[in-house]
Amino acid sequence: MALQELCNFQDIFQDSITTLCSSVPFGRKTGCDYVSGLPFSNRTNLFNFFTPVAEYLDESPIQFGQISTIQSSSAISSQDSILSSLAVPTSLPLASSQSVPLPFPMSHGTTTLAFMFQGGVLAAADTRSSCSGLVACPASQKILPIHSHLVGTTSGTSADCALWKRILARELRLYQLRHGRRLSTSGAAKLLSHMLHPFKGTELCVAATLCGWDGGEVDGGAKTDLSGRRETTKSQMTDLEKTSLAETKTQSSASITGGQQCSARKRVSLSGPSLCYVCSDGTRLQGALFSVGSGSPYAYSILDQGVRWGLTVDEATSIAREAVYRATHRDAYSGNCVDVYHISSKGWIRRSREDLKEEYYREKERQERRERQDVTPPE
Amino acid sequence: MISAHGFGDPGKMKEYHYTGPVEHRFSPYAFNGGTVLAVAGEDFAIVASDTRLSEGYSIHSRDSPKCYKLTDTTVIGCSGFHGDCLTLTKIIDARLKMYKHSNNKSMTSGAIAAMLSTILYGRRFFPYYVYNIIGGLDEHGKGAVYSFDPVGSYQRDTYKAGGSASAMLQPLLDNQIGFKNMEGVQHVPLTRDKAVQLVKDVFISAAERDVYTGDALRVCVITKEGINEQTIPLRKD
Repeated sequence: MALQELCNFQDIFQDSITTLCSSVPFGRKTGCDYVSGLPFSNRTNLFNFFTPVAEYLDESPIQFGQISTIQSSSAISSQDSILSSLAVPTSLPLASSQSVPLPFPMSHGTTTLAFMFQGGVLAAADTRSSCSGLVACPASQKILPIHSHLVGTTSGTSADCALWKRILARELRLYQLRHGRRLSTSGAAKLLSHMLHPFKGTELCVAATLCGWDGGEVDGGAKTDLSGRRETTKSQMTDLEKTSLAETKTQSSASITGGQQCSARKRVSLSGPSLCYVCSDGTRLQGALFSVGSGSPYAYSILDQGVRWGLTVDEATSIAREAVYRATHRDAYSGNCVDVYHISSKGWIRRSREDLKEEYYREKERQERRERQDVTPPE
Repeated sequence: MISAHGFGDPGKMKEYHYTGPVEHRFSPYAFNGGTVLAVAGEDFAIVASDTRLSEGYSIHSRDSPKCYKLTDTTVIGCSGFHGDCLTLTKIIDARLKMYKHSNNKSMTSGAIAAMLSTILYGRRFFPYYVYNIIGGLDEHGKGAVYSFDPVGSYQRDTYKAGGSASAMLQPLLDNQIGFKNMEGVQHVPLTRDKAVQLVKDVFISAAERDVYTGDALRVCVITKEGINEQTIPLRKD
């Protein structure tokens, strides 16, 4: 059928048979539930992107992936390749350039920040999503929870960030089911970075900071960890799992108590707050303080001034709010409200969204009061 | 399809003086105009669109509505490139049928929205040039509106305008339905009749100021009793 060929229909249909038929609606997310049932993915072929047959292979590497959405001067695939691509939309090599210039702009521009302190990790972001001069949405969510102890801030194209976070959440859930423990934040960052690597050079734009609490409780965590490991010895294992298991086996003695002690020791050193920055150009950094987006320089100045390890939760929240407020004041592409998430050993907590318009008026009042105070003493 | 008009930003004036030799390439996209609007109420949802199909300076059709019925409780409005709108609605219909046959129930509005997001993102590197807005009732019977960008980013709103006149209509809806940017106003919940009247007024204003919007207005009101469609004439010039 022409429609099937045109729209990769057969692939979708086959994939939906091979994957599980349970599709959870996107809106339902409790602490550990994950979005599942993406229809176009299965084990071997995670992504089934339709890409036009581009002449990128003949182009010079400098032009590869260079996209001009404005003028017609960029190289566009000719009529022949467009027609041939419409007739045969098989899954093409993933790292192909955008050869068709888009007639519409995509959303960019933001202020997000995250930092570690003694009470966990705090993440804050504005809520404006702009689209070349127009505010596409004044109430978007830029901090997306991935699982109960991991939260990701998003910056870049909102569609890319939303979809890649979904894919990451699914992969982390699968890891948890296979290995009986949660993947650490740096592990999740590595996973995301490797998933984005094939798209390096295309106009995919994702800059995320993953904020999480690793390891969880020491006592309970160690026990479940061990039982999970025992189960994985029975099930099929990949090379990675084998080497890690071999390592722990050589370190610990044959007895279970020895293994438990060893894992307990390991857990304590690895648990705690963790913060990683991942970018679609390949950057992956671990750190204690990150701010991403067009408003980040303004946020950095506030954060560098006030962030210390010994902050209380309230102090940290107010610094984060202040940083986003100052950034929204100065950066045109950030604005509207601020979202603050706090990740501790018990999981993430979300403060209710706050409209910064009120803050601006309060600031004005404070300034007027200060001016009045300055004026009266000399008299 | 071969015109270069659909190439740059819609609404921008073309340069009329000679700027040097310009290479014209085939563009797979065209801009067919049109505006779509959706409003969610307590127990109803409204999806409305104009019916003008234009391209460049010509009008192809005065009777091409942009609302498509998906299920008994969901209607989608698609504006942008008409070719992609048609294909996208065919794909969605096919996927709805597949779901119905394998799960023995219709898709809910939230599920359709999530599915559409992945369909659109599957074409991340050659996108559907369509601005979608889904309006319908959720599982609890409340009105729901989901708005999309062309590559699949979406979220649930109370009201949203999309298409060529969206930049003009969205602030008006923010003010009239969201009661934003006003001081000392009582927040009255929106009744169905008031919402329909507001939608009509809003489209009349859009037709005045946007050249791609006009001819007629198709309003679909979704309630638990079903989908009720009305057509109201707009200015034809």
